[in-house]
Amino acid sequence: MNNQRYTRQTILKGFGIEGQKKLAEAKVLVVGAGGLGVPVLTYLNAMGVGAIGIVDNDIVSLTNLHRQVLYSESDIGQSKVKAALKKLKAQNPNTEIVIFNTFLTTKNALEIIADYDIVVDASDNFPTRYLVNDSCVILKKPFVYGALHGYEGQVSVFNYKDGPTYRCLFPNMPNENEVPNCNEHGVLGIIPGIIGNLQALETIKVLTGIGDLLSGKLLIFDGLQQSYQKIKFKLQPENIKIEKLQDFYEWNDPCEIVPTIEAQEIQKLLVDKPQIIDVRTIEEFKNYHLPDSVHIPLNELKANTGKINFSLPVYLLCQSGKRSETALKQLREQHPQSSLFSILGGLNQYLALCS
Amino acid sequence: MNVLFFGIAKDIVGSSQITFSDEFKRPNSVADLKAQLIISYPELSKLTSLAVAVNSEYAEDDVSLTVDDEIAIIPPVSGG
Repeated sequence: MNNQRYTRQTILKGFGIEGQKKLAEAKVLVVGAGGLGVPVLTYLNAMGVGAIGIVDNDIVSLTNLHRQVLYSESDIGQSKVKAALKKLKAQNPNTEIVIFNTFLTTKNALEIIADYDIVVDASDNFPTRYLVNDSCVILKKPFVYGALHGYEGQVSVFNYKDGPTYRCLFPNMPNENEVPNCNEHGVLGIIPGIIGNLQALETIKVLTGIGDLLSGKLLIFDGLQQSYQKIKFKLQPENIKIEKLQDFYEWNDPCEIVPTIEAQEIQKLLVDKPQIIDVRTIEEFKNYHLPDSVHIPLNELKANTGKINFSLPVYLLCQSGKRSETALKQLREQHPQSSLFSILGGLNQYLALCS
Repeated sequence: MNVLFFGIAKDIVGSSQITFSDEFKRPNSVADLKAQLIISYPELSKLTSLAVAVNSEYAEDDVSLTVDDEIAIIPPVSGG
């Protein structure tokens, strides 16, 4: 270790040579080399973390450059981990960097993470976030979480010494399309820079033992207000009892496929008075509904299954076909043998075709 | 009673904050608050995991609410 290089932080009270030694001995895995991963990698590498692993299978694109400031125009089309490796090596050749040119999956997560002391979740999607959480719980590794939405971001330290986990805040993974990602929703370039740097700071604190960690605390940053809110939360003990990964984290689990029926088929069936369950809100139902349809709003469905005759086919209807899918999944849990269908495209599609 | 919205909840509600000033409509518990918000903003019902904090502390559905409480509605965010 070149002592001169880190002198500005080793002279710092509370950090010192001891802190620097701890960093030099540390192994950090960064999942994602995008908006959050770039600042995390740049600072951990600059500050003297001994070994860094980088997991990503993406390539650099033009639309990355406004926020992923490690990459240049000449890197477009190149693998992110390879481009990052080159830049980070030039920045600090002392770091031992290992690149994993793959996405994190149920097949490789435990094996990759096992080699590291701590994980930084710098991914950009829910399936990876829940996979990181469950893998870290199984392997008893702390992980530093960061995530963005528009002008906002969240940071926390999960699973630190049997502390709360991601699932203690958000127990279940959101459904696809429920919460938009940066590609759909947009992100101001500087926001991942701020959130990623906060993650890097928490990582350094975990490794060296300085300061108070964001363990059991969710930090919410609002860039428009320049405000930070800290929300305290507790461990739900069942969340650290995970012993194996789920078979699937991806949304398109084949077991999750929902049987659907086209809206025009429903029109043909209407003469036979099929059992149509409308799961929209009371206002939507009052505004318009199909004749003879039974109204049970989605949020009251579980308590009102007595209104449904499961010996007949059940056709679930909503405005666009999304809520009826959710309704179908809920009913299928309680009545796996019944004949359930979600009406594709919902009333929107029905009215477009049939009016 | 102030309710702050974050992430997608802010987009659905169309505002970062609402205030319950009317005593009769003011929700008594977190569950009550969620139910009222879903009636006013049905899109909120599609969020699978919606964390609620009361006075900067994570709150389960059975936590009761009073007029001075500051509440935050925190959906998960995924971007990176």
